[in-house]
Order: sequence, then structure tokens, then C-alpha cells
Amino acid sequence: MEIINLEVDFLVVGGGTAGCMAAVKAKQKSPDSSVLVLEKANIRRSGAIAMGMDGVNTAVIPGNSTPEQYVKEITIANDGILDQSAVHKTGLLGFDVIQELEEWGVKFQKDNEGKYDLKQVHRVGKYVLPMPEGKDLKKILSRQVKRNKIKVINRVMATRVLTQNGRAIGITGLDVRSGDMYVIKSKAILLCTGACGRLGLPSSGYLYGTYENPTNAGDGYSMAYQAGAKLSNIECFQINPLIKDYNGPACAYVASPFGAYTANASGNRFISCDYWSGQMMLEVWRELNSGQGPVHLKMYHLDESTISEIESILFDNERPSRERFHAGRGENYRRDGVEMNISEIGLCSGHSASGVQVDEFMRTSIPGLYAAGDMANVPHNYMIGAFVSGRVAAEHAMDYIKDIDHGDVDSDFINTEKERLLAPLNNPNGIPHTQVEYKLRRFVNDYLQPPKSPKNMKIGLEKFIDYKNVIDELGARDPHELMRCMEIHFIRDCAEMAAKASLYRTESRWGLYHYRLDFPNRNDEEWMCNTIIKKSLDNNEMTIFKEDLKPYLFDVNLNEEKYDVSVA
Amino acid sequence: MALTSNRVDVPVIVDESKCLDKCKACIEVCPLDVLAKNPDTGKAYMKYDECWFCLPCEKECPVGAITVQIPFLLR
Repeated sequence: MEIINLEVDFLVVGGGTAGCMAAVKAKQKSPDSSVLVLEKANIRRSGAIAMGMDGVNTAVIPGNSTPEQYVKEITIANDGILDQSAVHKTGLLGFDVIQELEEWGVKFQKDNEGKYDLKQVHRVGKYVLPMPEGKDLKKILSRQVKRNKIKVINRVMATRVLTQNGRAIGITGLDVRSGDMYVIKSKAILLCTGACGRLGLPSSGYLYGTYENPTNAGDGYSMAYQAGAKLSNIECFQINPLIKDYNGPACAYVASPFGAYTANASGNRFISCDYWSGQMMLEVWRELNSGQGPVHLKMYHLDESTISEIESILFDNERPSRERFHAGRGENYRRDGVEMNISEIGLCSGHSASGVQVDEFMRTSIPGLYAAGDMANVPHNYMIGAFVSGRVAAEHAMDYIKDIDHGDVDSDFINTEKERLLAPLNNPNGIPHTQVEYKLRRFVNDYLQPPKSPKNMKIGLEKFIDYKNVIDELGARDPHELMRCMEIHFIRDCAEMAAKASLYRTESRWGLYHYRLDFPNRNDEEWMCNTIIKKSLDNNEMTIFKEDLKPYLFDVNLNEEKYDVSVA
Repeated sequence: MALTSNRVDVPVIVDESKCLDKCKACIEVCPLDVLAKNPDTGKAYMKYDECWFCLPCEKECPVGAITVQIPFLLR
């Protein structure tokens, strides 16, 4: 294992939606600075939008909605727990991002008058803007990275954040093909490695049959935690209503503006709003457990031209293989509902609201360390939020680094990390990563899948802590298998955090995301606050505590404005 | 520890009669990095059973040599 040393001004860890935008914005703001994108896959087809995206879910377009309306909508949808100033950024800068993407060649749907053709999926406002031709989005982004002459290193996975006196000064990484180790010093680091999409085990039993791109294993959640950064509200899981077995979106965001809707076995509506909230997920869970299931996305009442149009979007974008999934089962939207199920759990602030704690400049609690995209806790941020948070982080970081020198790398830390990376390779006949990961994620299902029961979560927490010993038995025969082994460390950290946080918040909130059987009601008096997880610097133990919400920018009366989507 | 190898039905099927020896397009774009060249034949194959059935390999293959099936457990 060779050690490769590099030094840059600004390091972007993860070349997905947030990372590509961040790199471009950093270079535009400071052309003389060295900017490096580190990517564990290849930025041409990586991250959540590897195969494009069929629409924008959080578009605040002048004339249709205001940033204030958007912040209020998300405040209500997320039961009041948020930093409004960070969500406000998405509302303020989203339109800018959309216009810039258009200049880069991304096409958004317009009406006959040439205006953006916004659709209502949220409870109140219109924030969904279709992109029926969004399949090449990632190629367009990677082209911009190239055009701005930004250095990219593909197939290197970051493994740890380096710190010095509480400041982030670089990262270690693993070349997943050669097995070499990278030590990269940087004046500022942006973590944007996506969701923890490999936390629960899909009911199909296939480890990689996840909703999120399975490369996103909670890398950034774990690295930020291990570096001593704060993470917030990890008990607010990501759970999605998905095509059963296929585990991709059904996808009501695309189809409901055309007249499709989520229905029970009788073909009747049971939710008033298809926007993915914890409250909506709770209604789906209740319906599935009431004898009224299966739940399905209903399109068969629509006319032929409408269904063809929906198909042309869904079969070309985001998860295009759903076409062959349906074909293989002899299913046709003209005749059959799309059978849906509730997914396994994950962590993703792009859809729900758990992640690394950030302020409105995407700063984490560690100087020099930023977070953006799905892993940064800006609730319900989706793709536009990823673009905005990447841009905001980069622009702030380029100011921050002006008066900063590179730190000094602790050679003891590097040696320890090298040993951690070498351990599975030195044990090639150890337990394969597939089995170790399967059992860990099955435990996640067994003990953490909502509704949450206190005894189960306690057993889970103990098992996840004990699992450190199982990880010691991992064996890897090549650098690729080593990558998967190191990802299990990330997943285990996320599982422990998920159990710890879920036990701590003794109330129910966010619908199904944090539905506790022993505390079934929301308790604003005690829990209208963040829960913060942080590694203790004294003994490396996981600590958890409450922290006040930041004062709201806009008043919202949460007692009157209840987020209720059940059909009475 | 004793290890055994199991037979697995893999999702990515490569038509070896079409696959170009010098081309690595599919290998380079796979997010999960599951594809590799068989050193004996020079043809691409699915080396690791970790497919997200996301299709970049199929879309970016210049000669249409790749077909991605839905993994058996989900099919």
C-alpha cells in the first residue's frame, strides 16, 4: 500500500449534485485556487442523479411562490424542527440555480407562454418543476467541472477527516482499484457524500436493491462524526413509499399532476397529498396494516395519451430500469396499479431531516469542515437544495481559506488509519463483506424499523456496539472488497447513531419516521428542539444532548397548522 | 475460516461477440465498480454481485454489447 500525499486549497469529497456545483462555484470565485473533487465512483455517472432526474421538487420561482412561503411549508411539513435560515437559502437561491442549469443545457418544462410549468405536489404551494428530458443531467454537470479545469480524482473513497486542534485540515482516502492510500491536505473540506442509503435491508434481501444509489453508505455521516462534528435529529429516518421489490419511486411526483394518485386495494384515495412526509408515510403504513392493502399508484383510470406521456418520463429518467421490471412481471400502467411498499430505513436530509448539523453557510461545528447535499441537515432539501448548499458552502469556504495555512498531519493518526485499512487485506480468508453487511442491516430492520419499540431499540444499540468486534473479522481479497469492508464501518456508525437518537427522543414526531409505541404523541413542551449526537473528545464515547432551535425567521403557528394528510 | 463460492445469477450480461477488447466505457461509468475485463478474453464481465441496475454501462456501451437484467431477487 503506497501513500500518496497531495495538497489543495479546497477539497470536495463526493462529485455528485452538490459536489459538482460546489467545485464549479469555488473555481469561479477563486480561479487561482486549487480545487479537487474526490469521487469514489466516476463523476460522469455518480451520486443520486447518476441516471438523471425527472423533476425539481423545491423550485421557488418568482410569481409562483416566495422563499417565505416555502420556508413555512417545510416548517409545517417537518413538525417545526429546522434551522429556517438554512432552508431559506434553498428558497432564495433555487431560482438562480435553475437559470444557471438552463444556461448549461438542462431543460425544464415550460407552458405555452414560455413560463415554467410548475405543479403542485406539496400540501399548499407549487414547487415541483418537471424535467422530462433530465436524463443527461449528470453528464452536463461533469462537463462543467471539466470546462472549469477542475481536477478530479475518480475511484478514491475518503475514509477519515484529518483534524488539528479542532480544525479540519484534510482527509485520508483509499484508491478502490490500486489499494493505495491518499493523504490530502486541504485548507477547507466539503463533505457531500450523499445519504446513508445502505442502512436497512431491502425486503428483497438484495444488499444493493436500495432506493438511494448504494455507493452512498453514510460515508459523510460517519466521517463527520468520527472527526467530532455535531449531527442532528438522526432519529428522523428516511422511509419512502416505493415500488414493491424494485424499491424505486413509483413515482407520484411525476404522475399525480397528470391525475394519478395513491390508492388502497379498493382503488380509493386514503391520503390527500402525495408529498413525501413522515405523516404521509404513517398513513401508508396504517393502510398496509389495516387489511385495506396493497397500496398502489393508480393510473389505469387515465387516458392512453396521458399514460404514454407518464411512461415516456418514468422510463427514461432517474431509474429507467423500472420499465423492464414491470415488463418482466407482465404489468402495464393501463391495467395494473403499481404495487407499493414502505422501504427499509435510511438517513437522508434531502428527503427527511437528519444529518450533519450545518448553519446557513453549510458550516459544520468543526472549522474548515462544510457539509452539503443529502448528508447536511437542511430538511426536505432535494436536488435543488443540494445544488444550493454546494454553492453556498463553496463560496463561503473560498473566503475562509484566504487567511488560512495548511495544517500539520499527525503521523500517528495516519499510521493508525493505515492499519485500519490494511486489516481486512491482511485477513483475506476472513468473513466476506457481503455476509457481515447482510447481518448488520438485518439487525437494523429487526430493531429500528418503525414503529419503534424501546426494548427493541436497546437490543439494537447493544448489537451495533458489539458489531465492532464482528467488523474485526472482515476479510478482503482485493481493493474493491476492501472498499466494501470500509463502508461497513460507515454503516455501523450510522446504525449506532440511529438507535441512540431514537431512544433519546421520548416522543413521536415526523409521522412514521419517529413513531414510538411507548410515546405515541408529539410533545412540543419538551422536544421542540434538536437532538445532537457528538463524539466525546475525552473518551471517544457517543454523546447525545438537546440543543435549542435557532429563532425562526418567519412565524409559524404549529398548533394551528397541523400537517394532516389522511382522508377522513 | 472455511470459505465456499456460490453460483449467482448476475444482472449484467455481456455479448462477448460484440464487446471491444480495448474499450473500457462500461467499466469506467459503473457507480459500484462491479465490472472488469477478463484478462484471458479481453471482454468485460460482471466481477462483483453488487449491481444497482442503474444502466449507465448499457447506455454508454458503444456497440450495444451489454444487457442489464433486474437482479433475480427483485425480478
